[in-house]
Formats: sequence, C-alpha cells, structure tokens
Amino acid sequence: MNALAEAFRLIITLDADLFEILRLSIRVSLVALIIAAIIGLPLGTWLAITRFPGRKFCILLMNALMGMPPVVVGLMVYLLLSRSGPLGWMGLLYTPTAMIIAQVVLITPIIAALSNQVIEHLHQEYSDTFQSMGVTGRRAVVAYLVDARYALTTCILAGFGRAIAEVGAVIIVGGNIDHLTRVMTTAIALETSKGNLTLALALGTVLLALSLLVNSLVIGVREYAVKRQYA
Amino acid sequence: MKHFILFVALAFSTPTLADTIIVQSTTSTQNSGLYDYLLPMLKKDTGVQVNIVAVGTGQAINNAMRCDGDVLLVHARPDEETFIAGGYGKYRRDLMYNDLVIIGPKDDPAKVAGALNVNEVLQRIMQAGVKFASRGDDSGTHKKERLLWQAAAIDPDAGSGQWYLETGSGMGATLNTGVSLGAYVLTDRATWIAFANKQDSTILFEGAPPLFNQYGVIPVSEKRCPNVNHEAAEKFAQWLLSETGQAAIAAYQVEGKQLFFPNANVRLNSSIELK
Repeated sequence: MNALAEAFRLIITLDADLFEILRLSIRVSLVALIIAAIIGLPLGTWLAITRFPGRKFCILLMNALMGMPPVVVGLMVYLLLSRSGPLGWMGLLYTPTAMIIAQVVLITPIIAALSNQVIEHLHQEYSDTFQSMGVTGRRAVVAYLVDARYALTTCILAGFGRAIAEVGAVIIVGGNIDHLTRVMTTAIALETSKGNLTLALALGTVLLALSLLVNSLVIGVREYAVKRQYA
Repeated sequence: MKHFILFVALAFSTPTLADTIIVQSTTSTQNSGLYDYLLPMLKKDTGVQVNIVAVGTGQAINNAMRCDGDVLLVHARPDEETFIAGGYGKYRRDLMYNDLVIIGPKDDPAKVAGALNVNEVLQRIMQAGVKFASRGDDSGTHKKERLLWQAAAIDPDAGSGQWYLETGSGMGATLNTGVSLGAYVLTDRATWIAFANKQDSTILFEGAPPLFNQYGVIPVSEKRCPNVNHEAAEKFAQWLLSETGQAAIAAYQVEGKQLFFPNANVRLNSSIELK
C-alpha cells in the first residue's frame, strides 16, 4: 500500500529523476523493438513460407533462443563491446546504445519465432492463391506481413514486454550509471539492494503502469483499425 | 530508407564529453550515497563528469583489467597490489577507511556480542548452528570474510547450503537475504548504516582490528589501456586525495554518523608505488 502511494507521489510530483529514467527505459526499449521488428518480422515470415533443408532446424533454434537468459545476452554483448573486445574501438560499452544492442539480440528471436507461427498459419490458407497469382519472394513476405498486421501486434507487444522488463542484460552492458544508463529495472535493482523496498516496489508499479498504457494504446489502435476496415 | 538510417543514427548517438570518465567501483560507496554527495562537488571543482559502475570489487578489478574503466575504487588490498604489479594501474593510494561489522538478529542466538575476537565470533556462529549469509561473489568484503574464516580455522564450505549461505550477490542483496532469514552477515558499516531494511537485525560485533576496511584509488594505466581518459582520471584521483576531497569524505554523514574516514594524508601512508 505504501508502495502504491509512493508510486502516485512520484508520478504526481513529476519527479525529475523518475521521468528521466522512465524516458530512457522507453527510448532504449522502443528503438530496440523497432530494430528487432525490422529484422524479426521478415525473418519469421520468410522462414514460414520458404522451404529449404535445415529450415526446421532454424525455426527450432529461433524458438530456443526465445529462452535465452538476459544475463547471458548481456555477457556476450559485454565481451563484444569491452574496450579489449573485438568492437571495443567503437566505445559503446556503458552507453544506451549498448543497451539497445543487447535488447535487440534478446527480443529479435521472440518477434521472429512468434511471427513465424502466425504466418505459418496464414500460409496454409494462402499458399495456393499466392502461387497462382505469382506472388513470391520478397513480395510474398510483404504481402503476408501486411495481411497479418493485426495478429502481429501481439508478437510486437511480447517483444516490447520482454525488453522493458529485463534487467540482466542492461545492467551488465549499461552499468546502471546514474543519469546515463539507469533505466527502470536497474533502478529497481539498485533500490532493492539499498533496502529501499517501498521505493523499489513503487518504481515497479510505475513500470507496470507504463506497460499497461502501452498495451492499451496498441490494442486500442488495433481494435479501431479493425472496426474501420470492416465498417 | 534515408530517414530510417538517420533515425537509427540519432537513436544511437550519445553525447560523449572530453572530460568524462568511468569509475569501476565497489558497491558500498554507491549504496551508502557517498558518490551522490561527492560527485557534484568534484564536478564543480574539476569539470570531470564521473560515471560510476558499481559492482563488487572482484568484478570491478576484472572489468578494469579489460580496460573498461578509467579509475578503480575498491577495497581488497592484495588484489589491488596484484593489479598494480600486472601493470594495469598507474599507482595505488589509500583513500579512506571504514570498518566491517557483523550484524545479526537482536536476540543474538549465537551470543557473538560477548565474544573477545573475530575468531571467537565465527566459532560461536558455527557451533550454535545458526545461519550465516555470505556474499560469495569475490567482492572485497567476501575476500575479507574468507580470510577471517581461515584465521578461525573453520571451513564454512562444509556447511554450504545448510548454515553457510553464499548468495553470490551484492552487499545489499545479501543483507536483504540475511535479515529475512535471521542470519549473521559480515558487512561494511557504511552500507549497513545506509541500509533501509534492517528489520530485527543490528550490529552485534565491531571494533576488532581484523575488521579494518581500507579503500584504495587506482587510475588505470594508459600504457596498458591506451583508451583511458588518463588526464580526467588523474583529476578525479587527485581531487579525492586533496585536502578538499578528504574533507568532503569526512563530512559525509548518514543519520548523523560519519561513514568513511579519509586517510590519504596520513604519515607513513601505506600506499604502494610500483615496486
């Protein structure tokens, strides 16, 4: 109850630190989501409609990667971006960019695997039609994506949910630096370790509220669009 | 497509300032609020923007060995000396000290409050069959704790998972665990004083010489790591070691208690140069 009151207080007083952290959380996860969707959606679709040896294995791998622990992703990206790592010269470690990269690695398989299932379903229905119309290759991928756009919002939301909620990867590659790479989840981890459990829970409540808001927005837009389409 | 590239470039770009450094640090200095207090003053005096990555001492040293930091601020003297000997650090200076304390439930089932020394404390804990929560993460405090068990001729690993609980986490997380389980925990005093979830636990043993806890500051060597911002790192270290910095450290209090005691300027400074 105290946590809820504290959460309200933070929001109502427009607490500057809170909104800075919240902004960074949204920025990092949103950019990661856009990049992951640009890679993941066509990849998942393509794997659903083409046939080649090893395709089943690719899908299996993609599904397995959904269960990749964020800490492992964080560690891999850390070793890659470390100043003594192969990409160290770019100076990206402990920046929001590093966090975006880690989240892209984390959620691309989720978006690809979930969209793959959606499109596979559709493909069973449409494959003959598309074949007779001569729609193949890149055009087919685009056609499927456009046609399944409403069903795919759930895949996107799942990716966003994972990105905004994970702490393991961003704390390693971002370093939880105040005013630079501190996001909601790493702030929650820090406050927990300081024993400020009420504040930590309040931040968690704010994060939950954000997630609720994003989901309502996306689902609202979807419902509206569907209604207009069939009206 | 052009717009997309621009968008990505904008999203990725982070302003980097010439006078920005990364400090690989122990957690106690962050969790206790010391940095929040010192860094604005340091920035005003030196213009250096300091980014703190607070992890355990062991991880901080490892990160710095991979050149992922410009300065190291930790508390594990032997490891710091190894770091210097390996050529990773320019020099090491004593910065400040505080002490470690043993906390536990108020009713003190192992009766450690009356113990004469640390050895006796640890023996009583083991014999009473009460729980002890250990960091288990190679941090400065954890390394110290291992040495204390060794000095007491006890092998806690024999009771690992039974009475000796290695959390593998930071000080704060270990305190949360320890406090909830009514376990005994070795913690630095600063983190404990600033810790907000004490519940029924309190300091039961303190003040013995082996519990002395020295913090050191080490600028990372630009010979070993050409990427370090050694000028700003030097400014950071020198400000902390200066009279202004030392006075600021002494002035920091939580709940009316001083948390860190500056000792950079003590005569016979025990800091080591490259041997």
